[in-house]
Amino acid sequence: MITAGIDMGSKTVKVVIVKDGEIVGKHMLLAGFEAQEAAETAFAASLEAAGLTADDIEAIVATGAGRKNAPHTDRDITEVGSGAKGAHHLYPAVRTVIDVGAEEGRAIRCTEDGKVLDFALNEKCAAGAGAFTEAMSRALEVPIEELGPMSLQSQNPTPMNAQCAVFAESEVVSLLHARTPKQDIARSVHDAIASRIVSLAKKVGFEPEVVFIGGVAHNPGFVDSLERALECKVIIPEDPEFIGAYGAALAAAES
Amino acid sequence: MTTGALYETKPLNCWAKAKEIREEYYRDYANAHENGGIRWAGGAWTFGAIPCGLGDDVWSLTSEPYGASIAANKLFSLRCLEATEKAGYARDLCSYMRNYWGSILLNEYAFGGPFPKPDFIWQDHICCSHAKWYQVVSDLEGGIPQFCIDVSVGPYHEINELKLDYVVGQMHDGIEWLQKTTGRTYDDAKLIEAVYQECRSTALWAEISCLNKAKPAPLDEKTMYSLYVLGTLMKHSKVVADFYEELRDEVRWRVDNQIAAIANERCRLMSDTQPPWGFLSVFRYLEQFGAISVGSLYTFGLIGMFEVKPDGTWGPRTTPQEQGIEITDREQALRILADWNLSKPEWQHFYSPHLKTEMMVRIAREWSLDGVILHYNRGCEGLSIGIAENRLGLIEAGYPVMTFEGNMGDEREFDLPKTTARIDAFMETLGIKEI
Ligand code: SF4
Repeated sequence: MITAGIDMGSKTVKVVIVKDGEIVGKHMLLAGFEAQEAAETAFAASLEAAGLTADDIEAIVATGAGRKNAPHTDRDITEVGSGAKGAHHLYPAVRTVIDVGAEEGRAIRCTEDGKVLDFALNEKCAAGAGAFTEAMSRALEVPIEELGPMSLQSQNPTPMNAQCAVFAESEVVSLLHARTPKQDIARSVHDAIASRIVSLAKKVGFEPEVVFIGGVAHNPGFVDSLERALECKVIIPEDPEFIGAYGAALAAAES
Repeated sequence: MTTGALYETKPLNCWAKAKEIREEYYRDYANAHENGGIRWAGGAWTFGAIPCGLGDDVWSLTSEPYGASIAANKLFSLRCLEATEKAGYARDLCSYMRNYWGSILLNEYAFGGPFPKPDFIWQDHICCSHAKWYQVVSDLEGGIPQFCIDVSVGPYHEINELKLDYVVGQMHDGIEWLQKTTGRTYDDAKLIEAVYQECRSTALWAEISCLNKAKPAPLDEKTMYSLYVLGTLMKHSKVVADFYEELRDEVRWRVDNQIAAIANERCRLMSDTQPPWGFLSVFRYLEQFGAISVGSLYTFGLIGMFEVKPDGTWGPRTTPQEQGIEITDREQALRILADWNLSKPEWQHFYSPHLKTEMMVRIAREWSLDGVILHYNRGCEGLSIGIAENRLGLIEAGYPVMTFEGNMGDEREFDLPKTTARIDAFMETLGIKEI
């Protein structure tokens, strides 16, 4: 069966085409102001990558914050459901899924058969999400992709007190003025977010195995902070940012 | 019945009357002086039956429902909150209290006209905010005589005669104080009548809450908010007791005839603590999933008085009149009033979250719930304390729990899209799809 999953995230739109459980095409674009248009483009690009046409797709399920606006869909499921489904399909032993995207961080606890038992989401502020790292990389004047590797070089981590992205930004500025090395600040930023995410994971009663999905899973500095705070290794799928869309496509195959 | 609906629904016949009683309450308070009467202010928890002994022209303004009324008017609430902050009070205090203080600071009554200054304050102390609330009111109004009763005698299962003596002794002192403050002679017969009515109205509310054990539920929690509020205004009044009797009969009829609160009930939930009053639409949002909040410990147990019946389930507490007790003097009336109020379910968990968890699990079981939605209410320290502990207890008892953060009286701390997104995810985990 060939299905599609469209993840209308708050910052990016991800589309995957799945054939018999395997990803055969995928594409990601910035959502921008015209998320629907971006979804159309990403859908066409992922079909092209799969060598298929829209007529080949038997069912489409949307997920993500903007899922109600996704084009062509038969139904939609939440980010909690799609993340758990995608992660569980790839790693059946998973019991906790941690998903950190641009605007939201979440922890999901699953059963052996992938059913969601409990979930916790970060509250209004961005302190548990990718937007926080972006704000901090701006404050440090470091490209976002360099923030992770940079934090791994930290020699003397400085604890960061601020829990809120706005206050954290001014704390970063103060640390810079105090001539704190950028590596140490980067590490503090990641530790701060990791502690927020770990408190979500603890809220749902996390147990291994832990699969880490969402775009922030590409950040090695954050992964390091998360593993230290969780005191366990996390599994990162090959395309962590596509797991929500993948889960949606798997759900489409069930409908 | 609407095509495709599982159950017939119908608006409550006595709905308009409830609205009328509430409007009249706030009008009577405001107009008390014009009509030669007295105004007093105090919490919804206070022993409101006692000032009734001063006469039939004594009108009250209970603080929490007034704060909630302000909260439901988002623009006015914002002005009140900002006025309070401008006066230097911290933003993390009880949001009912901040709304109330703002109304005084702006000198605007939520129901029109200037804020009607009370002649005296009659309060009890159930939480730290309660203790300070009227001290500030008095200061802001240039000094208002106040009497406060300390009720911190522990949970009801530990009550004994000595503890009752402590509360009743203060009540006696309070009556002396009321006479001195108002210059009126106290009428024990009016006190006794008010105690009878309070027991009657609060037992009736418990009975109405228990009728919601039926499937389909005859009432949804959003509707219950507009009904239980009358008890928070004047639980000691015959008007409220009579209304609750009429409501009880109508709700019983709905149960007998399977008249549902929502047409497609297939998922039963409860909430906890005061809701974000400016966003009661959240309850309507649930309906698209066929989900209904059938009540909560807060909605049932702030006004309703319960007891464990011989079959082990909760039912309305047996009133003194049902027990054939004739109240003959002040001491007996006060003792019954103290004992009755100290058994209030919502009062118990001020002493331990475990007591609250026990009651919540009982509700979940007896009201046949599928899940629980907990409001992590930043606006109320009193009712939110230990709520994370309650969550764990409910999960342990096998009930799925969703939480959302908000504030009953400060809409700046509530995020509607995030909350509905959580509801979507929660429904999905319960296996419930939109209808
Ligand atoms: S904090 Fe809660 S319990 Fe205390 S006075 Fe305010 S509303 Fe009442």
